[in-house]
Amino acid sequence: MDEHNKSNKKLTLRLLMATVAMFGFGFALVPLYDVMCDTLGINGKTNIESALQPQGMVPDESRVIKVEFMAHPNQDMPWSFEPKQALMDVHPGQVIQTAYVAKNLSNHRIVGQAVPSVSPGLGASYFNKIECFCFNKQPLAGQEQAEMPLIFYIEPDIPESIHTLTLSYTLYDITQQSAEPEEVAALVVNDSTQGALQ
Amino acid sequence: MKTSKPESENIKSAPVADADLSRANSAIAVEDDHHHEAPKGIARWIYSTNHKDIGTLYLWFSFIMFLTGGAMAMVIRAELFQPGLQLVEPQFFNQMTTVHGLVMVFGAVMPAFTGLANWMIPMMIGAPDMALPRMNNLSFWILPFAFLILLSSLFTAGGAPDFGWTFYAPLSTQYSPDSTALFVFSVHIMGISSIMGAINVIVTIVNMRAPGMTWFKMPMFVWTWLITAFLLIAVMPVLAGAVTMVLTDKYFGTSFFDAAGGGDPVMFQHIFWFFGHPEVYIMILPSFGIISAIIPAFSGKKLFGYHSMVYATCSIALLSFLVWAHHMFTTGMPVFAELFFMYCTMLIAVPTGVKVFNWVATMWRGAMTFETPMLFAIAFIILFTIGGFSGLMLAIVPADFQYHDTYFVVAHFHYVLVSGAVFSIMAAAYYWLPKWTGNMYDHKLSLLHFWCSVISVNVLFFPMHFLGLAGMPRRIPDYAIQFADVNQIVSIGGFAFGLSQLIFLWVVIKCIRGGEKATDKPWEHAEGLEWTLPSPAPHHTFSTPPKID
Repeated sequence: MDEHNKSNKKLTLRLLMATVAMFGFGFALVPLYDVMCDTLGINGKTNIESALQPQGMVPDESRVIKVEFMAHPNQDMPWSFEPKQALMDVHPGQVIQTAYVAKNLSNHRIVGQAVPSVSPGLGASYFNKIECFCFNKQPLAGQEQAEMPLIFYIEPDIPESIHTLTLSYTLYDITQQSAEPEEVAALVVNDSTQGALQ
Repeated sequence: MKTSKPESENIKSAPVADADLSRANSAIAVEDDHHHEAPKGIARWIYSTNHKDIGTLYLWFSFIMFLTGGAMAMVIRAELFQPGLQLVEPQFFNQMTTVHGLVMVFGAVMPAFTGLANWMIPMMIGAPDMALPRMNNLSFWILPFAFLILLSSLFTAGGAPDFGWTFYAPLSTQYSPDSTALFVFSVHIMGISSIMGAINVIVTIVNMRAPGMTWFKMPMFVWTWLITAFLLIAVMPVLAGAVTMVLTDKYFGTSFFDAAGGGDPVMFQHIFWFFGHPEVYIMILPSFGIISAIIPAFSGKKLFGYHSMVYATCSIALLSFLVWAHHMFTTGMPVFAELFFMYCTMLIAVPTGVKVFNWVATMWRGAMTFETPMLFAIAFIILFTIGGFSGLMLAIVPADFQYHDTYFVVAHFHYVLVSGAVFSIMAAAYYWLPKWTGNMYDHKLSLLHFWCSVISVNVLFFPMHFLGLAGMPRRIPDYAIQFADVNQIVSIGGFAFGLSQLIFLWVVIKCIRGGEKATDKPWEHAEGLEWTLPSPAPHHTFSTPPKID
């Protein structure tokens, strides 16, 4: 019986360790997910850091790719948020400058963060942003308006099957997340509507 | 707890039966004399470390939860009896669908299987008890508290969780009621309970088999449970991780699933279904074991293709880790991912088909008799296969775009879970009740229960296929007027199915209280060590391991 108990204990311990390991694996799925999306170029995630200005890249005049620009303020965020130009035809390899316009319609300061997404997802890795407002937070005071620049190019080796790329920005209210610690307390007191939203 | 009295009377009579037996069969030496007198009344159940007592507790708990979750389904069907809003507010309706799902999955089906494992696995492998009896006691007794916490959230100010049992972010993180914390902690406790149960099952099966009980002599029920237990250990911790992330996202400002903070709500679905898909096999593999025990017993033949059954179970378990994203075809995955998950999902039909054909081959030219457990087992095979086929339809990517989130999905998973898992549990209860209670149950009543159940379950779930194909979305309290007639039929089937289960309660109570004495082996062709024991099975069995040839 003693031997039984010993082997029971050993196996139980191993299984408990497996349980703990799988709990850890659950959390490891989070970075794993990002790595997978990154390497496979799925999920429509475009580069989150600026790409370098391409050197000696020749625009492919023979191809035209239609690029659509979309903008969504999230939830009840009191901003207007629109592309300056909703649609343009782009040659692969051509460096394009455009902008989005955002206006804070409320009377208090709100920090916005735009998160980009490209559709079709497999086109995302060919869409390179040299400069983008989505790399930074965008604070706007009450009633303030800002033009937010975007410089991008499409890589010339983009698959023939892709004729249209849709670039969509969702704008999130990150006033609370971006607040400095001492600022948080003030915000909670001053800004009860924001608290209710969260 | 009302039934604890007649139960303990049975146990008191047990030593007499023991004495007879030890004279008749020296392989089973019962050492009741060396044991302390078990505490009486409620204390016996609270302190018990006996696998049969704990099995009984699990089974009663599961049945109470089955009725609780069933009552919520009745609210759902009553509201859907007519279009428009009649009885409940939409928000309460959503709470009902959510808690119904949670209670049925974690409170009814999973504990029922754990109860069956506790009762039967030691008796099937010739072990005196589960390997870790104290942990066994703990793993049961934290369960009522988990559900107390979950159900109490129904009475909190913001109401119970209303985001569906799958608790997709951001529904569960940004738009959820304050009771989400209660939900998270109750799921943690349920998870801990089933992980402890799974560890116990594995250690018991690996270390406690009687000498001569080699791997390929184990009954299919033991095999399927062993594999299920590994699945539980692999995925329940991931579920714990998912609810923890929801908790910190909602209350502590993390952004696992919040795009504004750099997270991704679609990632929630990946993590959830990494748990969720193996989970559906956790709820069906033990059924396969039960059916594999019952079909041969009433066909007068050995199980056809025992080895292929074992391998099929293993391959289903392995494949279950490669198919999770078929729940998310409409999230905008790239085509190659959709194809990969589609083909893997369809591949599962192969080992499942092996099982179904093996059962049919076992019945083929057998001397079949149709006692109640066999009727439930045959109904299981037919109805589970229907559920399997609708699953195949859902696996086809372009078709899934139409079926996704419609009543077709509801019909599919209720066919595999109600007329699948629940029917197999009923079959198991009717098969082993004589062994548990020492009495035969009322045959006529059990037949009434079967026919009422099998007819009403089809009236309840079959028309849902048509509702789904016609485009009725799931999880809504109100619907377009053209769905009214079919919904009325579905609701009538629902009420009938709910009431039919009270017959089952009646049968079980009547059987515990008395009835024709059961022989040690009431089913002529039943096989397995449990039938070498007297009926009712004495409190302690196989204190000396049996001889296995």
